[in-house]
Amino acid sequence: MNVLIPSALRSYTERAEAQASGETLAALLADLERQYSGIRFRMIDEQERIRRHIRIFVNGAQVHDLGYRLDASDEVVIVQALSGG
Amino acid sequence: MTTRATPRSGSTSGSSPAGGRTLVLVATRKGAWLYRGDAARASWQVDGPHFLGHIVNHLVLDPRDGRTLLAAAKTGHLGPTVFRSTDFGRNWKEAAKPPAFARVSDDPKARAVDHTFWLTPAPASQPDVWYAGTSPQGLFRSQDGGVSWEPFSMVNDDANYRRWMGTVQDGTPDGPKLHSLMVDPRDPNHLYFAMSGGGVHESIDGGRSFAPLLDGMQVVAGFDDTEPTFHDPHCVRLCPSNPDRLYQQNHCGIYRLDRPSKQWLRIGKNMPAEVGDIGFPMVVHPRDADVAWVLPMDGTDVWPRTSPGGKPAVYGTRNGGETWQRLDTGMPREQAWWTVKRQAMTADAADPVGLYFGTTGGELWASADEGRNWRPIARNLPEIYAVETAELPG
Repeated sequence: MNVLIPSALRSYTERAEAQASGETLAALLADLERQYSGIRFRMIDEQERIRRHIRIFVNGAQVHDLGYRLDASDEVVIVQALSGG
Repeated sequence: MTTRATPRSGSTSGSSPAGGRTLVLVATRKGAWLYRGDAARASWQVDGPHFLGHIVNHLVLDPRDGRTLLAAAKTGHLGPTVFRSTDFGRNWKEAAKPPAFARVSDDPKARAVDHTFWLTPAPASQPDVWYAGTSPQGLFRSQDGGVSWEPFSMVNDDANYRRWMGTVQDGTPDGPKLHSLMVDPRDPNHLYFAMSGGGVHESIDGGRSFAPLLDGMQVVAGFDDTEPTFHDPHCVRLCPSNPDRLYQQNHCGIYRLDRPSKQWLRIGKNMPAEVGDIGFPMVVHPRDADVAWVLPMDGTDVWPRTSPGGKPAVYGTRNGGETWQRLDTGMPREQAWWTVKRQAMTADAADPVGLYFGTTGGELWASADEGRNWRPIARNLPEIYAVETAELPG
């Protein structure tokens, strides 16, 4: 499925969109990690929590659970959520 | 992630006596810069920014091979990592496994590394070993030159240490830190570290066990000085020329410890009363254990933590802290409200020793004569977090 990558992570993907697959959000992130080594830990901490300033949306709705089930037609958007200097 | 740096270059110049060729490594809240000195340390060639926009807490050149750089970095959005370069920063590669706590299932409060704060290479006898201290406090080790990191020793999970580490509210404003990792150059099994807060700790068995080393250290009035939690060492340094001597800048004064004694001596009481002995960095001479430097901060009433009276100065001792001399020639005479963080002051190994510090206002200052005269190397950098030096070949 199509995954929109925020600018802060494009040093890994070298483009704004990536293709990845998985039956769950966790599997999708694992596929991204397989393709772009190191990218997952920048988004997900060692306790399997989405990091504080990362948001993940599936078809426009924010998802907090890495076990969230995905469909091949889903649109996944990863957002960097931080303001200030 | 592999990156290629796109640094901008330029140079500044001044005058100072001859010394060694020195590389000054500057880590800031928005990236890292390298300054290459000429033989006289009079002119500096800038190389940077590296990792523009990254929060770089520490940047260290491996003294064992003279070419490997490790950078502890994160960004506002992204989790922490360690970058590694073997060509003086032309190319960087991310650690395959950055420092991370062990996974704890079903504990919503289980700790995650927010940032790696401190990097220490082991002695030459362990050429691929590095130690890292993190926020929240954690101790990690790499045995492959910084490529992969594992939790190290019993500290991260020991019940007493977890209690002594306190909570985020007990630590520094951007998170409690494990810092001042030191390895006895005579014995790689003899280790020290410090925690803000949480005290100073020692291992003599290669990290299998650690024990507090607090006697003589004071705490804020009203608290129990036998409790490690209440101790806040800001920076501890071991003297390379005499590893039995340590100096410490603490939240509550400047101290010296001469082993095998376990009694810290508050040598800061010999500082001028109007200046006090509060600050963050502690710097020791590479060849003379009687010589050390501090950069005092205002620790009165609401703790401004700026240069006392707006008149910045380094203070140096040449007799182990019995007396101190003010060293401020070349610095602003008034209205300079500098803050210098614990990792942001250091010395080189040249003769005479060069001293360097960076302010939170982005100024990098240097002395090529052990503090007698000062001049700026750089201005208008981001908030400086750490300053280190290395000797360049040739």
